[in-house]
Amino acid sequence: MSEPLLSVRDLQVGFRTQGGFVDAVRGVSFDVHPGETLAIVGESGSGKSTTAMAIINLLASNGRITGGEVLFEGRDLAKVSRREMEDVRGRLIGLVPQDPMQSLNPVWRIGFQVEEAIRANGIATGKRDVRKRAVAVLREAGLSDADRRLGQFPHEFSGGMRQRVLIGIALSGDPKLVIADEPTSALDVTVQRRILDHLDTLTSQHGTAMILITHDLGLAAERAEKMIVMNRGRIVEAGPALEILRDPRHPYTKRLVAAAPSIASTRLESSAGSGAADSGASADGGIDLAIAARAARASREAAGPPAIEFRDVTKVFKLRKPSGIGSVDFTAVDQVSFQVPRGSTLALVGESGSGKSTAAKLLLQLEDKTSGTILVDGKDTDELSGRETFELRSRMQPVFQDPYGSLDPLRNIGNTIVEPLEVHRVGDRASRRARVLEVLDQVALPASVVTRYPNELSGGQRQRVAIARALALKPDVVVLDEAVSALDVLVQAQVLTLLADLQAELGLTYLFITHDLAVVRVIADRVVVMEKGRVVEQATVDEVFANPQQQYTRELLDAIPGRDLLV
Amino acid sequence: MTAYILRRLLQALPVFIGSTFLIYAMVFAIPGDPILRMFGDRTPTDATLAALQAKYHLDQPFLVRYLLYMGDVFRGDLGTTFQGQSVNEILMRTFPNTLRLAILAVAIDLVVGVTVGLVAGLRKGKIFDNVTLLIGLVLISMPVFVLAFVAQWFFGIQLGIFRATVGPGAPWGDLILPAIVLAALNFAFTMRLTRASVIETNAQDFVRMAYGKGLRSERVVPVHILRNSLIPVTTNIAANFGILIVGATVTEGIFNVPGVGNELFKAINRHDSPEVVSIVTVLVIIYVLVNLGIDLLYGVLDPRIRYVKK
Repeated sequence: MSEPLLSVRDLQVGFRTQGGFVDAVRGVSFDVHPGETLAIVGESGSGKSTTAMAIINLLASNGRITGGEVLFEGRDLAKVSRREMEDVRGRLIGLVPQDPMQSLNPVWRIGFQVEEAIRANGIATGKRDVRKRAVAVLREAGLSDADRRLGQFPHEFSGGMRQRVLIGIALSGDPKLVIADEPTSALDVTVQRRILDHLDTLTSQHGTAMILITHDLGLAAERAEKMIVMNRGRIVEAGPALEILRDPRHPYTKRLVAAAPSIASTRLESSAGSGAADSGASADGGIDLAIAARAARASREAAGPPAIEFRDVTKVFKLRKPSGIGSVDFTAVDQVSFQVPRGSTLALVGESGSGKSTAAKLLLQLEDKTSGTILVDGKDTDELSGRETFELRSRMQPVFQDPYGSLDPLRNIGNTIVEPLEVHRVGDRASRRARVLEVLDQVALPASVVTRYPNELSGGQRQRVAIARALALKPDVVVLDEAVSALDVLVQAQVLTLLADLQAELGLTYLFITHDLAVVRVIADRVVVMEKGRVVEQATVDEVFANPQQQYTRELLDAIPGRDLLV
Repeated sequence: MTAYILRRLLQALPVFIGSTFLIYAMVFAIPGDPILRMFGDRTPTDATLAALQAKYHLDQPFLVRYLLYMGDVFRGDLGTTFQGQSVNEILMRTFPNTLRLAILAVAIDLVVGVTVGLVAGLRKGKIFDNVTLLIGLVLISMPVFVLAFVAQWFFGIQLGIFRATVGPGAPWGDLILPAIVLAALNFAFTMRLTRASVIETNAQDFVRMAYGKGLRSERVVPVHILRNSLIPVTTNIAANFGILIVGATVTEGIFNVPGVGNELFKAINRHDSPEVVSIVTVLVIIYVLVNLGIDLLYGVLDPRIRYVKK
């Protein structure tokens, strides 16, 4: 085999924090050969991004390499001067960043930012040549009217377009290696696939090697030849990507594979007749989403009016015109109708801007609808008095996407959960206390968290607190607005299992809002697909997956990475 | 853009009318008859008194007086003081001095504050950062007259670098010392704001990306870090300019700068209601305009809030 392009040997990276020095990467070794794609997979905090950033010395200011070698074409990058490293970056190793929305400077035009990279890497000199190269870069990025686009600012570009520009910048210096740090995790699902295809095409054209960092096993297996799985700063498994996915050896990798919703959704089909145990926990201590989902779906569909019904609901926002005088109408929710039977889960699916979150806000009476009817338990919400609306809220509780943002940092967990009980004057002090402990137990948190504050908890724990708060009032309906989207796969699996268990136990009705169809498969009974405020498709989960009727739904389905790999 | 400016100016109108009305009402609510005060110990004849009252519309009801006055203001006539001087002329004489002092103070604040803040932000937690924080705290906690007198005594009298008070015609050289004092008052804000802003920008993804695409730090620091950090700083400095331009009364008094603040102070002491009201009215207009300027400046500094064509 040829000489490796990059050879990382026993790399160790640490961060100086208030609590002392923390090791983030503990002895990682791997090789990347010319033209090859290597995926580094792991959860947040596993050290995968840190490893990649250490290679080009772009660690946060409190981090540094404490040991090992980073040999790039025989030169140890861990020991070069700042100036030499500046020459390596861009020219030899390109970077495709994680979040395209944040990675272009908002105050400079796109052209300026492309041109400065071209100039810095000595690709072209002279105003005219640099300009010509910049146009070529944008053309290659798939922007048709590149000349005009160069004069625009980043905020005039969509997220996908920005990432194309950034990929263009990364490849403009014709580097030998590209580091792509979760290049699509901040993008809409249907855009993700196109961006990854684009990146694949360009790197194979240029013969560029790539390190692809991702938390998504399916995506890694689909895009990379080799894969390494990291956990707590160490490599736990390494080898050919597909082999690891099909036959994971290490227990951690096994848990990752079992928890990934994109893969679980295909296993649901295969394990359909096997009559597995009705608990989510499988033999190796991991969680098998497919089994948990089946268990939750066993008891369903009671008679009576639907818990929630939307009839031709429309919401029009008035947007101020740029001149500041007058307004234009923007229809966020357009003639939407659907029903959610009691005790079932309806998934509202769509990309950002499709109106799904607005629909949830209308249901929660957090926004006023423009027209149409919303019925809860067969009662028209328009006809409710202020007092009845207040009572309605106690039976309909939300859980939001961002567990960091939806808990008050100055209130401890006990006070957070008890607040809705106080607002609705339920019980006395003692009984409220008892209720807090009860719901904490239901979401599998220890009673000791009562006195702790949100910043002392992990993301998954915080989301459990948010769920506990929603459960405190014993609601009938829980509105979950992207409630698992911000969580790591393993934590996501735990929370999904918890939701399924709670539904079976308490007969809850869920309105589950998500952009991720893979998650829908394991949690929902019916799916409503929304696009630009309108319902474009409405069917049971199985129908949608087996036979999507709309092009848009097919695109959403195709966007699930790795869904064909295990069939 | 034009529509935006127009809308803002329309919004300024009620602010303008409301504030002038309040000032007018308050000044005339001060006890004592202004006409009688003009005569000091002497007692005017009833005829003179009546004539003077008629001249200043003091024989009219309050609301009529106010409307007559506003009518004059809209015609560009700010009236005359009780001593017979034209307020227009007084402002023509004093305002340029205040404006020059404000420009000088802001320039010093901008250069020194931003430079120190940038270095402190890039070297967060190091010695330079801590020392400048200490200096900033000392300056910010010192009352302006203490700072002004100390500067006057030390630089003006002991060292003799500057003249201790501003001479006739207020030459630029004489204005430097009061300008430094005024700049020092705002220095801590500018410096700390720049520092905080630099630290925040430095942690942004686009700065990492700038390094990632191969730029040298000599380019990243001014083009990507400083440029973005200046957005909040510039607006802070512009707001300070708005404050200075309407007269730094105490500092102008100590250094004897013949400016608006000084003049206003004297007018208040004389109970010269027409002059006080007129000067304050003009200052309100200027302040409103400066604030409009700040809002437009946001758009220039940050293209995301540019008030776009269409």
